[in-house]
Amino acid sequence: MSAISGTSAIVGIGATEFSKASGRSELQLACESVVAALDDAGIHPSEVNGMVSFTMESSSEIHVARSIGIKEQTFFSRVAHGGGAACGTVAHAAAAITAGLADVVVCWRAFNERSGQRFGLGQADRPMDISADRAYYSWLTPYGLSTPAQWVAMAAQRYMHEYGATSRDFGQIAVIDRKHAATNPHAWFHKRPITIEDHQNSRWIAEPLHLLDCCQETDGGQALIVVSAERAKDLKHKPAWVTGASQGIAEDQLMMTSYYRPEITGLPEMKLVADQLWEQSGRRPDDMDAAILYDHFTPFVLTQLEELGFCGRGEAKDFIADGHLDTDGKLPLNTHGGQLGEAYLHGMNGIAEAVRLIRGESVNQPKQVDDVVVTAGTGVPTSGLVLSADR
Amino acid sequence: MSTDTSYEERLQAFVGREVIARRKGQDAVNQAMIRHWVEAMLDDNPIYTDAEAARATGRNGVVAPVTMTQAWTMRGLKAHLAGTGGGAMSELLALLDEGGYTSVVATDSDFEFHRELEIGDEVDADEVVAAISEEKATGLGIGRFVTTVRTYRDQHDRVVAVQNWRTLRFKPGTGRSAKPAEEEKPRALRPRPAINLDNQFWFDAAKEHRLVIQRCADCGQLRHPPGPACPHCQSFDWDTLEASGEGTVYSYIVAHHPPHPAFEYPLLIAVVELAEGTRLTTNLVGVEPADVTIGMPVRLEWLDADPDLTLPVFRPVTEQEQ
Repeated sequence: MSAISGTSAIVGIGATEFSKASGRSELQLACESVVAALDDAGIHPSEVNGMVSFTMESSSEIHVARSIGIKEQTFFSRVAHGGGAACGTVAHAAAAITAGLADVVVCWRAFNERSGQRFGLGQADRPMDISADRAYYSWLTPYGLSTPAQWVAMAAQRYMHEYGATSRDFGQIAVIDRKHAATNPHAWFHKRPITIEDHQNSRWIAEPLHLLDCCQETDGGQALIVVSAERAKDLKHKPAWVTGASQGIAEDQLMMTSYYRPEITGLPEMKLVADQLWEQSGRRPDDMDAAILYDHFTPFVLTQLEELGFCGRGEAKDFIADGHLDTDGKLPLNTHGGQLGEAYLHGMNGIAEAVRLIRGESVNQPKQVDDVVVTAGTGVPTSGLVLSADR
Repeated sequence: MSTDTSYEERLQAFVGREVIARRKGQDAVNQAMIRHWVEAMLDDNPIYTDAEAARATGRNGVVAPVTMTQAWTMRGLKAHLAGTGGGAMSELLALLDEGGYTSVVATDSDFEFHRELEIGDEVDADEVVAAISEEKATGLGIGRFVTTVRTYRDQHDRVVAVQNWRTLRFKPGTGRSAKPAEEEKPRALRPRPAINLDNQFWFDAAKEHRLVIQRCADCGQLRHPPGPACPHCQSFDWDTLEASGEGTVYSYIVAHHPPHPAFEYPLLIAVVELAEGTRLTTNLVGVEPADVTIGMPVRLEWLDADPDLTLPVFRPVTEQEQ
């Protein structure tokens, strides 16, 4: 076990409602979720001394802080690369706490991603500049390859070719997520499960991806409170201990379009994250009682099962078919409904669900959950967590 | 559309008629108007303002720019506000109105200049109908081109200039722009690449229909997308290799939604592996989505998408060609 394991815990979670048109500013959504998370933890805003969010977040820590009465911050940072940042926020918080730079750190993400700027519309019409990051899109958008769904579809097609996976195999992830969302009152798709035929009959977005392979778009905010082991001792809830927290960028990494590696059927950055998680936590894939895997698009859930070590390469379709991902299976998946079913909160709502699983408070609580693995955005520089009932 | 023969005859009866009688300009050619004109035109040729300079070119003195010819005969604001001025031109316009050709746009004005005007010259002009076209469907609307000839003369009856003046008289609301928009909207341009110091060479070569691959000048490794340094040996020296244009489909998608106005959907986008070993993102052409397979041999073609953008695209190689 490494130095970072067990030094911090998530002790508060808070979110706004998940909607398609919040009618409020992104700053207000951020503030509402942070206040709710602090209230859940039983911690006053004045005790917060660290804040972490995404580089994409439109409301910086100074605006959230002055709005809700957070006073002095000794640690603040932003994690880059879209949804790949989600678990990275907790990793930064845990690292800061381990290093003694702060002991009460807020991690949050809030946006009007449906009523405001919709990521699914892609990069084509965004202003170009000559920075390396923007100039990279020069290799994609002039050909019409400009949306996340299209980027993932390109990798998925090759994955199907090499491993014989089918659209129905991808669809199983959507069916499981929507089944879990159907019983979650906070989920956008509450009471709206789907069948595999619904998935197959949904319109094409970017072949081989159907509409129901793609996550929804959401307005909302989600916050988490990460504190030191010392501070976690006497709070309202059972702490969800951070026993593994890692980030990963792999060789020849690009933004969801790492098409120039020797192979494109894997997610080597997720392998890098996973190797660290198992090393840090001293736990193995078999020790996990549930998994919250980032599901912006279904195909990469299969790839993650392989990279995290739950099954061999190309075997995810069989692993899923064996029923392991149901609530009574050996690895219940996305018990909140995931981003396909609950909400697309850039992965942060999945971390909150992992905390509920450790507390035993999920609406689809499988059984005793002592350890749960959580992942962040796939195809991008990414991150992951292992949260545990015990340090 | 008017098929009324009597209307057509009445209209054509104007051809050859003088519709504006010789009418003298309001002011004789003078230095003040010339000065204002050349200042507005940013024309500092001294022959328009300096008698000495004009004489040095063999002229008698200051001359007016020939392009001012029409200006000397313009009726001015007061006459314009007072109406069309009567006469045959008013009759012709009334007849065009009767046919529904109530809108007008000037289309051509061709001048032939015969002599330069000097200070004190007096200019007049008359206007004769040269032609009235049959009814035509134009982008602006259904209408007729009316061509007149204006002849400008000086006080000695010498021809100064002849102007062929053409207008389109059309029925408002009958143009193509009044039809459903989609047909008329020019296709949007493809998203622009962001050209910077690291990728410009590739897009410049593409404009010349050369597909180049960046190559490390030290270790010879090829790389794409390009970058300033070699990830294998850290060298910053590089040159390029011109690709053979042969490749295979490494992966592909069929894009449907959301549509971008530059493209037709379903849209085939592929990652092609070149014979040289590097891959690039591109479009497939000349093939239906259902016929694309991974591993399919493809060959380079150039797409001149618009004047500023040339892109490599790939077409499947037929068995015969193989």
